Amino acid sequence: MKVVVGLGSCGIAAGANKVYETLREEIDNKGLDIDLKIAGCVGSCHLEPIVDFYDDEGHLDRCVKVSADKVLGLLDKALKKELDESSKITEVDNMALQKQVRIAIENCGYINPEDINEYIANGGYSGLKKVLTEMTQEQVIEEVKVAGLRGRGGAGFPTWFKWNAAYREKATPKYMVCNADEGDPGAFMDRSVLEGDPHRVLEGMAIGGYAMGANEGIIYVRAEYPLAIKRLEIAIKQAKEAGYLGKNIFGSGFDFDIRIKAGAGAFVCGEETALIASLEGERGMPRLKPPFPAQKGFWNKPTNINNVETFANVPWIFRHGGAEYAKLGSEKSKGTKVFALTGKIKKGGLVEVPMGMPLREIIYDIGGGILNDKKFKAVQMGGPSGGCIPAELIDTPIDYESVTKVGAIMGSGGMVVIDETACMVEMAKFFLSFTRKESCGKCIHCRLGTKRMLEILERITEGKGKEGDIETLENLAREVQAGSLCQLGITAPNPVLSMIKNFRSEYEAHIRDKKCPAHVCKSLITYEIKENCTGCTICARNCPVKAISGVLKGQHKIDQELCTKCGKCHDVCKFSAVEIN
Amino acid sequence: MGCCGAKDLKSKFVDADVDLSLLDEVLGKYKSIKGSLITILQQAQDIYGYLPLSVLEYIAQETGVKSAQIFGVATFYAQFRLSPIGENLIMLCKGTACHVNGADKIEEAIIEELNIHDGETTEDKLFTLNNVACLGCCSLSPVMMINGETYGSLTPQKAKKILKEIKTKSLAKEAN
Repeated sequence: MKVVVGLGSCGIAAGANKVYETLREEIDNKGLDIDLKIAGCVGSCHLEPIVDFYDDEGHLDRCVKVSADKVLGLLDKALKKELDESSKITEVDNMALQKQVRIAIENCGYINPEDINEYIANGGYSGLKKVLTEMTQEQVIEEVKVAGLRGRGGAGFPTWFKWNAAYREKATPKYMVCNADEGDPGAFMDRSVLEGDPHRVLEGMAIGGYAMGANEGIIYVRAEYPLAIKRLEIAIKQAKEAGYLGKNIFGSGFDFDIRIKAGAGAFVCGEETALIASLEGERGMPRLKPPFPAQKGFWNKPTNINNVETFANVPWIFRHGGAEYAKLGSEKSKGTKVFALTGKIKKGGLVEVPMGMPLREIIYDIGGGILNDKKFKAVQMGGPSGGCIPAELIDTPIDYESVTKVGAIMGSGGMVVIDETACMVEMAKFFLSFTRKESCGKCIHCRLGTKRMLEILERITEGKGKEGDIETLENLAREVQAGSLCQLGITAPNPVLSMIKNFRSEYEAHIRDKKCPAHVCKSLITYEIKENCTGCTICARNCPVKAISGVLKGQHKIDQELCTKCGKCHDVCKFSAVEIN
Repeated sequence: MGCCGAKDLKSKFVDADVDLSLLDEVLGKYKSIKGSLITILQQAQDIYGYLPLSVLEYIAQETGVKSAQIFGVATFYAQFRLSPIGENLIMLCKGTACHVNGADKIEEAIIEELNIHDGETTEDKLFTLNNVACLGCCSLSPVMMINGETYGSLTPQKAKKILKEIKTKSLAKEAN
């Protein structure tokens, strides 16, 4: 029997390490003939920890939400082939997995990321072999062009074009850089790929390195992803030992090495010229383009930078052919895209779907719908650089063109579901406070413009908004976009603009009526206790500022002068007697 | 990040009498490799827990990189700390998913329990609170990480209980 425990960051956070250790101890103590393995995240984060039991015929029983105290009971049942349905993954959840089309994360959750042989057994490094032994550099670039692969980091720039530009440069050495500085708060696609299938990224980089003529690869990875760094280190070591990295790979005469560079926490370093500055040990501030990195990048040499997920698609393309890849997706957006589905969603996690799938299918068929069956309000895509897709556009196909058309951006794949309880002015404020903090300060419009915009939004949420604020925000937004060098500044106003466009009436309610329709902005709400109060005193006991008075079994009252609007009384009341106005 | 008036720049740093020789191995390995400043600073922080002024000046002296540039890099990146932290580092996720699922209420609970705000350390040096952009465990939101361990699906009550337990453990350890 083989037992696989999902040990991605989310699984570990849910307690998978303890599950693994319990199994390890039991197997060692009793000398059981069981092959205990680890895997990355299969994507169903809401079901973690996940344990897969394979019997000797290879039949899989997937158990979900397994705790350390339950796992030995499950193991016992699995050995006797008596696992009952209640501990297994449900049919619905399984369907949600089946509905996806997996390329970048095809191995995640299935193979052991710390064992190169499992990657090879699943076709790993055969793409690289084909490239190095049968194809010219031009043919490799052409194949990526046929596939129609576009950058998965957000901008959607054709990958072949970048590779070709770097290939045409004469200067050497050239560098192949993998951008694993996943900074969008609410996105973890790249982390899951690196933790669950690191060899795939190495193979993709080596193929790209060959195409452009680079002998050195660098992975710039967030320091906040220690597990991803550890698994990458193991993978690089194994690939070198097996001869897939290093000198004269597959006897082709092509040398390629990869090293890891840990970032130090700066959102702006996702921008390629800022990333290069950071690689050179400087403050991560963007540089003027042109010259583009393909001409003058790392140490002023030709450099190509792609995102983790882009590289993760490359081995598949060379194993199955570019034409096969281009069959997936919509007209101009080929292949699949991985999304991190989070927020107010029932079944959050990682999903990979063909480009062009309607948003509705992703949210309801795969994500299981809105948490607590609340009303769906919008989806925020592209994080602090993106925008939102409101409920009425839920049938929008998710590909680069359609998403841009409705005022959001594809981004790197963060998809945060927002329900009726969220205030869109407050959401815009949240994103802007992030970009304001992360602005590197080089361009005045970005540094100060975002601050001024944030101040206006703060004023509006405090009930001090005035006529003309929306127009001032729109003007400032245009100027920040026009006056910023890099995409951080150019896109920083997007959430504000998109939310004004789709939810203007909410802004107006804050400014004119001094009301927050979603009951979020503290300055604009009051808490009051209604007649159905039973006088149970729980609110008074929980009030941190002793603002609630009343006798047992009598209606309580909130002193508005003292109330800090923390909402505790509302949360603890069992009779829904606390009303927000 | 923002900008930091050059006038009081040095007042932002904490000076401390630390054993600088601990850094020699790191410097020996990296000082001749171009562009290694961030790596050196990261490893220095691993050794000392933060970046004292004396360490930054020693790095400048040994690598030949101007101290202004080193201060610039040390203040630019979120990872670098310029003052010592408490025994337990709380990293509170303020990413989008956690925000939507009530991270602000968790922050209020931490403030109530420990009386520290983002970036501050408790007087008893037991806890430091750092708000971070995203821990990448969005499906467990709201989330905080304490000493590398992730605590998910938090409520204000749950967060307070966790902090109380850690405090008790830390105090018991000290008593021993």
